[in-house]
Amino acid sequence: MAPSGCVKINDTLWEIPRSYKQGMKVPARIYASKPLLDSMDSSVFEQVTNVATLPGIAGYSFCMPDGHSGYGFPIGGMAAFDTDTGVISPGGIGFDINCGMRLVATSLTWEEVQPRIQQLVDRLFARVPAGVGGKGFLELSQSEFRTLSEQGMKWCLKKGYAIQEDLDRTEENGCIREADASKVSERAVERGYKQIGTLGSGNHYLEIQVAKPENIVDQKVAGVFGIDRPNQVVLMFHCGSRGFGHQIATDYLQSFLKVMQSKYGIPFRDRELACAPFISPEGQDYFKAMNCAINMSFVNRQVILHRIREVFSEVFGKDPMELGLHQIYDVTHNTAKVERHLFDGKKRKLLVHRKGATRAFAPGMAGIPREYRAVGQPVIIGGSMETGSYLLAGVQSGEQSFYTTAHGSGRTMGRNQAKKQFRGQDLEKRLLEQGIYIRTSSYSGLAEEAGAAYKDIDEVVRATESAGLSRPVVKLVPVGNIKG
Amino acid sequence: MSYRYRDDLSMADVAFEAEGTSLEELFTSAWDATLRVMIENPSALHSNSRRSISIEDRSIDLLLVNFLQELIYYKDAEALLLRLEHCRIEGGTEAAKLEAVASGEQIDAKRHHLGTDVKAVTFHRFSLKQEGELWRTTVVLDV
Repeated sequence: MAPSGCVKINDTLWEIPRSYKQGMKVPARIYASKPLLDSMDSSVFEQVTNVATLPGIAGYSFCMPDGHSGYGFPIGGMAAFDTDTGVISPGGIGFDINCGMRLVATSLTWEEVQPRIQQLVDRLFARVPAGVGGKGFLELSQSEFRTLSEQGMKWCLKKGYAIQEDLDRTEENGCIREADASKVSERAVERGYKQIGTLGSGNHYLEIQVAKPENIVDQKVAGVFGIDRPNQVVLMFHCGSRGFGHQIATDYLQSFLKVMQSKYGIPFRDRELACAPFISPEGQDYFKAMNCAINMSFVNRQVILHRIREVFSEVFGKDPMELGLHQIYDVTHNTAKVERHLFDGKKRKLLVHRKGATRAFAPGMAGIPREYRAVGQPVIIGGSMETGSYLLAGVQSGEQSFYTTAHGSGRTMGRNQAKKQFRGQDLEKRLLEQGIYIRTSSYSGLAEEAGAAYKDIDEVVRATESAGLSRPVVKLVPVGNIKG
Repeated sequence: MSYRYRDDLSMADVAFEAEGTSLEELFTSAWDATLRVMIENPSALHSNSRRSISIEDRSIDLLLVNFLQELIYYKDAEALLLRLEHCRIEGGTEAAKLEAVASGEQIDAKRHHLGTDVKAVTFHRFSLKQEGELWRTTVVLDV
């Protein structure tokens, strides 16, 4: 429940004032409908107000409508920091650096895909490793892996795993330039260099979905994004930087704990909120290492797209481009990026932390692919494997949150509770009866991801629209799923 | 040696409480709890590969966190799931040193009932303390 000092600004915006906690430099703002606010656990409010105490924070400490308790920052947390006076915090990015979503169109309809859905899902399950300890098909040296972590999707283009259009339709064009692999530990490389092209587990998935005519909210914008025919089939997948990113976050969290208070005099509230000044040697080293994980994650999703194109090409006996396998967009969830925003009447350079939150640039902004610029950045919000997901677009009023919106539906049930309530095998059968064919590497993992363990995705999307953070374009419903 | 999972401490991830009559027992329980998240039938692991673990840290908290990180490291770097054979801890709650041996085998999805991948050991709600005769810890794993 929200604390008693939480003030209603409007139906989807709530504010916790600076007086709530000693040391808060800005108020905290939570975007949520009343039911979503009520479903948030108390840690969300403690965490979002802890973030408000960090040096150099600009405007507000934000939480998105799908917010739930995280480490340091809440999941759904967003905070921008002045690049000269502010901090960088691994807790504001998460262990799975650049965990993100990619959406890919096809020119196929459900009527064309339905007879081959089991074959497609089975082949994708074989080609895109999922689950504990999954290894990818690329045989890379550690040195080559370090190179790709600096080059991102440009490396994929050179190696034939991408086409230029894929880079053009990825946030940051699939490469953050300020990446320096010399700032990454041996252990991080050892954990990640065999994992390119793998999904991982937990809430990671690869899904075949359908855009049904009744679920198109804005036909014109859907058409601009490449969804232009009834019952069009698309693919959506969710994964991140695997062991590589997890180790970079672990390494620098421990390094920041050593200097945060003793060297930089930043008060200590929560070890997961460890941070260092952005301009400090420690802050810059983490930024450059973290950017390597962002790039690696872009490569991971690109190599998965390469495998998807291979599978569709084999099953339908056609070239992937003949099948319309064009990427719609790729968004990141867990990052800190330097962006220029209007703040206090001036354009300022800010380090924007988004943890379980999505950038949602408005129509006309630089950084959006040319073909989408008039309608706004595509935003992909993933739901549970039962309820569907959304494609949305950024809006002008997103300026209020430095153009940030939600990323998913957010859990409402613990993993053990879900395992007690559902059996993976029963769920698989029930979903098949509902027309969703699933392959999983773990039945217990499948039970943990049951639709009932998540918030109502429609309610989350309505809240982002009502709050003026993004607007829905089309809801996509699952017909096939590979669960990590 | 024992542990139990606590949904009420973490909605999205995995929290557990472990206890032991010595630090060695406590660390072993915490290792077992972490391994059990990734494999439901750890007894199916054959002891084909053996790894020695040697860690020193400035606090017992960090020693436990970094000890559990070893299990996660071998899972990713070598696709190995390891059961703990024994561990020995020297030092107190400040500077402490650990020597351990773990054995297991490469992940085999046909024989191993796999669970959820563990990404990291967090400091969220972390505690390690002695209560009477028992050492207790609370750990949240990012999955």
